[in-house]
Amino acid sequence: MPPPSDISAPAAHSTPARAGNPGDRAWGWGITIFGGSLLVVAGLILYELGRVAAPSWGQLGYFKFLFSSAWDPVQEKFGALPFIYGTLVTSGVALLIALPVSVGLALFLSEMGPRALRAPVAYSIEVLAAIPSVIYGLWGLFVMVPWLRSSVEPFLQKTLGFLPIFQGPPIGLGYLAAGVILALMILPTIASVTIEVLKTVPPSLKEGALALGATRWESIRISVLPYARPGIIGASLLGLGRALGETMAVTMVIGNSPEIHASLFAPGYSLPAVIANEFAEATGDVHVGALAALGLVLFGITLILNAIARILVEAVARGPKGSRA
Amino acid sequence: MKKFALAALLTLGASAALAADPILITGAGATFPNPLYSKWFSDYNKLHPDIRFNYQSIGSGGGIQQFTAGTVDFGATDAPMNDAEQAKAADAVHIPTVLGAVVVTYNASVQGLRLTPAVLADIFLGKITKWNDAKIAAVNPGTKLPDAAIAVVRRSDGSGTTYVFTDYLSKVSPEWKEKAGTGKSVSWPVGLGGKGNEGVTGLVKQTPGSIGYVELAYANQNKLPTAILQNKDGNFVAPSIAATSAAAAGVAIPADYKVSVTNASGKDAWPIASFTYLLVHQDAKDKVKGEELVKFLWWAIHAGQATAEPLEYAPLPGPVVKMLEKTIQDLKVQGKPVPVAASK
Repeated sequence: MPPPSDISAPAAHSTPARAGNPGDRAWGWGITIFGGSLLVVAGLILYELGRVAAPSWGQLGYFKFLFSSAWDPVQEKFGALPFIYGTLVTSGVALLIALPVSVGLALFLSEMGPRALRAPVAYSIEVLAAIPSVIYGLWGLFVMVPWLRSSVEPFLQKTLGFLPIFQGPPIGLGYLAAGVILALMILPTIASVTIEVLKTVPPSLKEGALALGATRWESIRISVLPYARPGIIGASLLGLGRALGETMAVTMVIGNSPEIHASLFAPGYSLPAVIANEFAEATGDVHVGALAALGLVLFGITLILNAIARILVEAVARGPKGSRA
Repeated sequence: MKKFALAALLTLGASAALAADPILITGAGATFPNPLYSKWFSDYNKLHPDIRFNYQSIGSGGGIQQFTAGTVDFGATDAPMNDAEQAKAADAVHIPTVLGAVVVTYNASVQGLRLTPAVLADIFLGKITKWNDAKIAAVNPGTKLPDAAIAVVRRSDGSGTTYVFTDYLSKVSPEWKEKAGTGKSVSWPVGLGGKGNEGVTGLVKQTPGSIGYVELAYANQNKLPTAILQNKDGNFVAPSIAATSAAAAGVAIPADYKVSVTNASGKDAWPIASFTYLLVHQDAKDKVKGEELVKFLWWAIHAGQATAEPLEYAPLPGPVVKMLEKTIQDLKVQGKPVPVAASK
């Protein structure tokens, strides 16, 4: 019995007589190789990144590299902190904006919206997902950034300027601009997955809530959202994954300064952006190594977030079945 | 008619393919001269249909690496190899092909802004922060300067343009040399980073009060306002192709051509100029490709120079061409020199 066939289909069990068939065995080995190749590729990426990064790890030290904020290719001083900070802040801002909008969109499309509007809105979500990131970047640089500089940022400063995240001169480029662009880019991912999740909510739940006299909003709140919560969390983490790795659009609007600022108006830098910017012309093993090390850091962040996502989804999935729903 | 053209194309393609295996010479490197090199390679292919070039503009750093690793027949770089790089590729010869220049562009209501090296360095060091600073006013007598903040814009991607610009600043300002230094990517004291010439231009155009640097070719093609800069001889010079070529004439060129021509003397010299190079082997191993490459170099420094100016590159000045003739004649293939003078 080739183990790989266990995973996919219970149908395999219905024909045990053919288990010793050479064709089946070949098939089993074939897909094992395909499955295993993924692990091999991931391993090779890690190995190669580690190998290239080695000279800079050696010279700079792990701890110093991760927690230093100097980035000086001329004197070969490298620190990852501003880039880690920029990546996390911009992705966080993106998720903060995109999550409510996506969930609202998905509810609109699956529960509330007039039928005539659903198709065009669903279609535009697909269009958003299909736009290449460099187009987002150009649009961000030439349309959104001037708008942020002249309207949005001064407005935020006037109304919420007491918060440290909305202080400093409004220059347009910076964490906020990158976050907003990323929000636009991950919105289709989160929204389309959420729509699919909402479709799986059993109608009996909604009908039950309505039958108990709940309003439409109440039925969504007490029956639809709790049921869909694990799926929505999964969707946001898919979106977050895209935001963490996005390169082109971010580098065009983030300002590309390896600095750490509390204000969202200030220019920053992100891990993928600095790799894309400096790798082609990096000379010297330490500079190339530092960039590869940044790649490893990004790899690590993605892994950690994926792990958190799994734990969260499982925890939340257990929740409603046991206690609430 | 269309059919005929198609048939002609097909036969052309077929005859090219049939004509005894075309010689394919591969190269990789700098992006800055890519438009010129593409034109050169296609022009040269028309003259010598059996020779084809494949050039990949992956950046100077990649060009040096691939040339050193021996995966390409020639490399191309904006900045000459440093000692460590040269040590790994001991027989690499630098052949300057043309000159490029870096200009200062700005977005402020000032016509014909004039800058001295010290003022330019202070702006990029973040020490001069206002357009109506006394130091700027002193070199722009009679010009009304706006009471606005200066926003510095620079390249975020590693680039030869940044190398040339920071090389110039390091020469004219000891403080710059100490704080930032010369490099394709440096630690900038102030400013926002834009990706590529187009990124810098985009930021400068839409940010009031900004100042940045781009390639001369890019500034000319997009009709950007450029600052007039004081050169080493004390003259205020507007950037131009002629002024760029003049910079190479004002510097003593060493035999390996590894020289910075920024801050060159000469009354008309534009101070932020540089050579861009092809890298070839002193003694090539492949007989056929090596000989053809040497012949191409000979063509490039003579007939090829005429293509430079229409594409906004500065041609090599006469004395440099004379020097290069000697260098190219000294190149060898499998230990033997290549007779090139005839193929001129």
